[in-house]
This record gives sequence, structure tokens and C-alpha cells, in this order.
Amino acid sequence: MQQVFKRPEALKDVQTHFCPGCHHGTIHRLVAEALDEFGLQKRTIGIASIGCSVFLYHYFDIDVIETPHGRAPAVATGVKRAKPDSFVFTYQGDGDLAAIGTAEIIHAANRGEDITVIFVNNTTYGMTGGQMAPTTLLGQKTSTSPYGRKSEKEGFPVRVTELLSGLEGVAFAARTAVNTPKNLMDAKKQIKKAFQYQVEGKGFSFVEVLSSCPTNWGMNAVEANERVGREMCEYFKLGVFKDTAGI
Amino acid sequence: MPKIEIDELRCKGCGLCATVCPKKCIVLSEQINNLGYTIAVLDEAGGACVGCALCAEMCPDVAILVFK
Ligand SMILES: Cc1ncc(C[n+]2csc(CCOP(=O)(O)OP(=O)(O)O)c2C)c(N)n1
Ligand code: SF4
Ligand code: SF4
Ligand code: SF4
Ligand SMILES: [Mg+2]
Repeated sequence: MQQVFKRPEALKDVQTHFCPGCHHGTIHRLVAEALDEFGLQKRTIGIASIGCSVFLYHYFDIDVIETPHGRAPAVATGVKRAKPDSFVFTYQGDGDLAAIGTAEIIHAANRGEDITVIFVNNTTYGMTGGQMAPTTLLGQKTSTSPYGRKSEKEGFPVRVTELLSGLEGVAFAARTAVNTPKNLMDAKKQIKKAFQYQVEGKGFSFVEVLSSCPTNWGMNAVEANERVGREMCEYFKLGVFKDTAGI
Repeated sequence: MPKIEIDELRCKGCGLCATVCPKKCIVLSEQINNLGYTIAVLDEAGGACVGCALCAEMCPDVAILVFK
């Protein structure tokens, strides 16, 4: 008998602090599989952000730098420029990347830094108790939009992947989800592709992954997983938005 | 015979594995682990595991290993 599914090498065999059903765990695994696939573990420097994914260094068996809120792309820029032979990826939530870190991501992308960004969009500030984020959907109730987000007051949810795709510096950009086996397989494929861009020195690559936050959405894991398909995939369309090298 | 192994110390009882199993052979048990979660177990009463690994792919906690 052969083992057909196992834990990737780049993912430590430890218990995570994530809530039951939280997609952060799934996305960690897909990133670790991609690191394994390209044999990158030894030369990777992961750039962690602030949010529920703050403990990246506990879970990945790689070198990790923990950065101040939103600044991961700036730190990644410095690391990659100082050590061009290293493989550098950031892992950022929507509060981190699309709110406090808007300037950093836009300018790193526009400069076409040779880094990969994994953007985990769960439409809320998970770690701090479910506040409204720029990505919160219209009508969505959060601790700071108790009557639901309204466009007149808070604007429309920001579609980050589309926004960044308009920048010349961006080589690859895709939006994915992990709510069904089919979407998950595609997410796996796009993360690998994004990594391949950097491995081949083809420029800035970006993968958004729609993610669940059962705890702050006030749902159980199965309901939250369903919400990703029912509500998020409707507004945040899945697909490859930019693929300049056509790999 | 294909089979899965669920690590009962890692399982958080989220139930996502059970929603995707084509053979409906994973159920949430009454068994509680050291973190207080009721864990998923293999129950092949209604159909045998085919080793497709969909459960393992969906598991956010990498708690399932698959053998074929
Ligand atoms: C400079 C600074 N401002 C605010 C905070 C508080 N804070 C911690 S995590 C967080 C939001 C995280 O949300 P997100 O990036 O979406 O990550 P998630 O937890 O949802 O994965 C905030 C505002 C902080 N740590 N540092
Ligand atoms: S609060 Fe939300 S994002 Fe954070 S670990 Fe729990 S489910 Fe995941
Ligand atoms: S490997 Fe496939 S058939 Fe077996 S328990 Fe998992 S999902 Fe069900
Ligand atoms: S998906 Fe994983 S953590 Fe969730 S119930 Fe199944 S085995 Fe347990
Ligand atoms: Mg978030």
C-alpha cells in the first residue's frame, strides 16, 4: 500500500491555533506543497504579516521574518534585493494588505519586484474580532458595521486582484478559492504558477485566495465554507487576470 | 483496500472532510480529543473508502493521511 496523501516537508508537524474549519490552514498547506514542488525550502525567506497568520514561523519549516502590519511587501523588497538568490513570498490578510498596507502592496507591485504575494481575503479583520475591512461585502455585518456595510458610507468592496492587474509591474495575478475540491486544485495550480514566475525571474506574482473565517462570521465551519461559494465568489470572480509569460 | 488515517490529536471536528467524501464514509463521532473537539472518524458501514483523498485535500488541519 502506498501513501497517496501526506504532509508537505515545508509544513511543520505541529498543531495550529486556527479555529476549526479556518481556510488559513488549507492555504498554508498549499503554499508548503508548492515550496516542496520546486525544492525551495532551503532558500526561502517567508515574510509574515499581522493577522491570524502571524505565526507563519511556527508552522513553516523555513526562515521567516515577521513584519509590522501591512509592511510585508516593503520588507520582501529589501530581502529579495539584498539576497537575489533567495525565494521570497509574503503571506498577508485583507486587513493587512488592503487596508493599512495599501501603499506598500501597490508600490511593490508597480515596481515589479521579483517576489510572490499570497493574499488571504476573508472579508474581515479576523485576528482582532471581525471588524470591517475594505473587502467586506455589501450588507455584511461585522463588529464595526453592525447593520451591514453600505456603499454610500463605506464604499464598495475593493477587488484587489483586478486593481493590481492594471499595473505594468505585475506579471501574474489570479484569484482562487479553497471551498471545494475543484477550486482547491485550481488554487494549488495558480500558487505553483506564481512561484514558477519568481523561480524563473519573470517578475511580480500575486495570488488572492478567498478564505473563510467561521468565528467572526458567526457561522460553523461548513456554513462558512458554503458562504465562500455563495457570496464571495459572486463578487470576487475567480480566474487568472494576468499571465504575461503565459506559463 | 484504500484507507485513511485521521490523526485524532489534530482533528478539530470542523466536518469539511465529511462534506466532500463521495462514499459518505466519514462521520463526526462523539469522541472528544485533548483540545475538546469532537473528532471525525472513518465509518465504512454505508460504503468503503476509495482512496480519492478529497477529504485530506479539504482538511484545514492536515489531519488525514490516505493510503491506496
Ligand atoms: C500598526 C498596527 N495597527 C493595528 C494592529 C491591530 N491588528 C492586528 S491584526 C489586524 C487585522 C488583521 O486582519 P487581516 O489582515 O485581514 O488578517 P486575518 O486575521 O483576517 O487573517 C489589526 C488591525 C496592529 N497589530 N498593528
Ligand atoms: S478568527 Fe477567523 S481567520 Fe482567525 S483563525 Fe479564527 S477563523 Fe481563522
Ligand atoms: S479518501 Fe475519498 S473515499 Fe476515502 S474517506 Fe476520503 S473522501 Fe472518502
Ligand atoms: S476536515 Fe480535518 S479537522 Fe475537519 S473534521 Fe475532518 S479530519 Fe477533522
Ligand atoms: Mg482578514
